[in-house]
Amino acid sequence: MDFRLGEHSDAFRAEARAFLDEALTPEVKAQMEETGIHHNWDFHRKLVERGWLAPGWPVEYGGQGRDRLEVLAFAEEFQRAGAPTYGTGTTLMIANVIRLIGTEEQKKLILPRALGGEIIIVLGFTEPESGSDVAAAQARAVRDGDEWVINGQKMFTTNAQDADYVFMLTRTNPDVPKHQGLTTFLVPLKQPGVEIRAVHTLSGERTNLTFYTDVRVDDGMRIGEVDGGWEVMTVGLTFERSGAQGGESVRLLSAMEHWAATTTDEHGHPRSEDPSIRARLGRAAAENEVSTLLARRSAWVESTQGTSGVEGSMGKLFASEAITRQGADFMDMLGPDGLRSMGDPTAIEDGAAEYSFRFALGATTYGGTSEIQRTIIAQRGLGLPRSR
Amino acid sequence: MDLNLSGEQQQLVDAFGALYAKESSTERVRAAEPLGHDPNLWARLKENGAVEMAVDEDSGGSGASLLDLALVAEQHGRYLGPAPLVEAQVAARLLARIGSDAARKALAPVLDGTRLVTMALHPPPAGVLPLVPAGAVCDDVIFLDGRRIALFTPDTKRQAVGNIGSLPLADLEVPASMVVLASGEGAERLFEEARREWMILMANALVGIGTRSIEIGVEYVKERKAFGVPIGTFQAVSHGLAAAVTAVEGGMLLAREAAWSAEVEPERTPELAPLAFGFNAESAREASYRSLHYHGGYGFMVEYDIQLYFRRAKAWPSQFVEPDVAFGQAAAHRLAAAAKGA
Ligand SMILES: Cc1cc2nc3c(=O)[nH]c(=O)nc-3n(C[C@H](O)[C@H](O)[C@H](O)COP(=O)(O)OP(=O)(O)OC[C@H]3O[C@@H](n4cnc5c(N)ncnc54)[C@H](O)[C@@H]3O)c2cc1C
Repeated sequence: MDFRLGEHSDAFRAEARAFLDEALTPEVKAQMEETGIHHNWDFHRKLVERGWLAPGWPVEYGGQGRDRLEVLAFAEEFQRAGAPTYGTGTTLMIANVIRLIGTEEQKKLILPRALGGEIIIVLGFTEPESGSDVAAAQARAVRDGDEWVINGQKMFTTNAQDADYVFMLTRTNPDVPKHQGLTTFLVPLKQPGVEIRAVHTLSGERTNLTFYTDVRVDDGMRIGEVDGGWEVMTVGLTFERSGAQGGESVRLLSAMEHWAATTTDEHGHPRSEDPSIRARLGRAAAENEVSTLLARRSAWVESTQGTSGVEGSMGKLFASEAITRQGADFMDMLGPDGLRSMGDPTAIEDGAAEYSFRFALGATTYGGTSEIQRTIIAQRGLGLPRSR
Repeated sequence: MDLNLSGEQQQLVDAFGALYAKESSTERVRAAEPLGHDPNLWARLKENGAVEMAVDEDSGGSGASLLDLALVAEQHGRYLGPAPLVEAQVAARLLARIGSDAARKALAPVLDGTRLVTMALHPPPAGVLPLVPAGAVCDDVIFLDGRRIALFTPDTKRQAVGNIGSLPLADLEVPASMVVLASGEGAERLFEEARREWMILMANALVGIGTRSIEIGVEYVKERKAFGVPIGTFQAVSHGLAAAVTAVEGGMLLAREAAWSAEVEPERTPELAPLAFGFNAESAREASYRSLHYHGGYGFMVEYDIQLYFRRAKAWPSQFVEPDVAFGQAAAHRLAAAAKGA
C-alpha cells in the first residue's frame, strides 16, 4: 500500500504550481470575480502553449500521455488555486466523448481546434422542466434532409457566451419511452436563432439561459446514433464526476488558518490557541483529507481498472457536502465579522468564508445533485433496490 | 499510489478475519458481557502472534508495521473483539521503545504471553488512573507520571466499572511504590507517540465497526418490507446509508493513511493520527446509528446485533477524547508547522 501519487506526479505538481504562480495573475482573478466567468481565453491559451490543456490525452491528439494520477495532481493544484477551468473542463469532456465514439470527420473537425485552444464546447443538458431527470429533455430536433432543425430551451448553459458549440441533448422521438428518443448533437452557437441570456448566481458565477429557434445543425454533427443519445450521455456523465475534489475547501482552510495564526481575540489571546477555533479548523482538515483521498482513490481505480464505479460519486458527494458545512461553520467562527463581503476592503481573509457559504450550494447541485449521487451509491454501491 | 493490500497483508487479514469469525461471533461477544473480556479469544490472539507482531525483531517480536497492525485492528472492530488487543499492542511497543532494563524485564512476560500489560491514556488527577483500558483484566499498567513513565501491578481487589461499551475498564489507584521505566523529556515523547499509535489503531478498529454496521443495515433494509416494498426502496433509508458508507470508506482511507505514514512520512503522523481518530469516531457512530434506526423497533431490542455495534462505536473512542479535542490537536500541529515554515 502506498498513498504517494509518485515521483512523476510530484514533479508535475511542482511544474503546475510554478505555472499557476505566473499565469494566474491578479488580473485573471479579478476578471473572474467581476464577470463571474470561470473561463479566461488568455489563461486557456497559455495552457495550450505549455501543452497542458489535456495532459492526459495521447500524444497523437496533442496531449502528453500522462497517467491518471499525474493528471489528478495537476488538477488538484488548479482547483486549490482557484484557476478558471470550467470552460476547459467541459470542452475536454465532450472532446473525450468525440474521441471515443465520434466519426473520423468529427474528430478531424473538432479535436485539433479543441486541443489547440481555439474553441470551447459547453453542455446543454438541463432544461426549464428537467435537470436531475436529464433524460426528460424536451428540446426538439427534427430531421430536414441532411440537416436537423432544433427548437427549445436550455437552462444553466454555463460559458455559452464564450463557446463555439453546445453539446446538446435533444428529443428526436417523443413517442417512445424517454430514454429511447434522445439524440445528441454538437450545435454551433454562433448562428441566427440562438439567443443567450446571462443568469447570475449566488456565488457570482455567471451561467446562461439559451434559446434555440429553428436552429440548424448538419447531420454530420450528430454524436452517436439517432435516438441513441442516452448511450452517449452515459459515456459523458462519468467524466463529470471523476476529477480532483475538495480544492476549494483546501483554499478556504488555509485562509482560516492564516486568520487564526495572525489575529488575537478581544482579550488579546491568540486565536490559534482557542480550543473551539482549533476544533473547527481540525474538523475541516479531516474532511479535506477525506475529500482528497476519495478523489485519489477514484483516479487510482480508473488507472488500474480502466473505469471507476461509485468512487467518483462518493468523492463528489463528500466534498460538496463538506464545503457546505464548512462555509457555515467558518462564518460562525468569525462571528459578526464573517458577514463582511468578499471584495469589501474590511472583509476577513477576503471574505473566504462567506464566499464558500454561497459557492457550496452550486457544488451540491451541478454535476448531479447530492441526492442523485446518494441514489447512485445506494443502488450501485450498496445494491439497494431502485428508489421511488 | 497503490491502495491494494500486499499478498502478505491480505493473508494477515484473512487469517485474523477467520480467527475472529470463529472466536468472536456475536454470541461470544454477548457471552463476554458485561465485563467484555473473553479469555479464550485473548488466548487465541496471543497464540497467533497478535502481541508479538507489534514488537520489533530486535526486542523479541516479529516486527509488523503499524499498517499491518491497523489491518488487524480493523478486523478486531468488525467482530467487536472482547479482548484488549490495541492497548496490549501499544503498551508492548512502548516497552520495547523505552528499552531500559526495567522495560525489557517487563516486556519478556508480555511476549511469552504470561502477563497482560496495558496502558493508561490519561494521567492520574488525584492518585487514581481513571477508566484504564483493560484495567479490570490487566496484570500491569503503564502510565505517564509527570515526566516519567512508570509501571505498577494494580490491586487485585479492583472493581470493573460498568460501562456502555462493555469494556473491561477500571479506575486504578496508584500505589506508593512502582517501577520507573523512563524519565525526562524523552519519556514524554515516547508516551505521546504511544498515545498516537493507540489513536491510529482505534481509528482502524472503528472502520471495522462502521463497515460491519453498514452491512448489517443493508441486509436488513433489503429484507424488511413496509407499504408492500423493501424499506431500502425509500430514499430516507437508502440515502442515509449511502452518506454513511461514503464517510466510512473515506474514513478507512484516512485511517490507513495515518498508519502508513508512521513509516513513510512520519512528519505527517502527528496530524493524521488525531484526524483519523476524530473522523472515524464520528463516522462509525453515524453508520451504527443509521443502521440501528433503520431497524425500527427491532433495532432497539437487545436481541438484534446492531445494538452491540451502536454501543461500542461510541464507547471505544470515548476512552480517550472526544472528536473535537482530537481535531484541535491536529489543528495545533498544523498551525505550528505552518508557523515554522513561514
Ligand atoms: C452553477 C451551475 C452551473 C451549471 N452548469 C450547467 C451546464 O453547464 N450545463 C447543464 O446542462 N446544466 C448545468 N447546471 C444544471 C445542473 O446540472 C442542474 O441544476 C442539476 O442537474 C439539478 O437539476 P435542476 O436544477 O433541474 O433540479 P431538479 O432536478 O428539479 O431537483 C430539485 C431538487 O430535487 C431533488 N431531486 C430531483 N430528483 C430527485 C430524485 N430522483 N430523488 C431525490 N431527489 C431528487 C434534487 O436533488 C434537488 O435537490 C448548472 C447548475 C448550476 C447551479
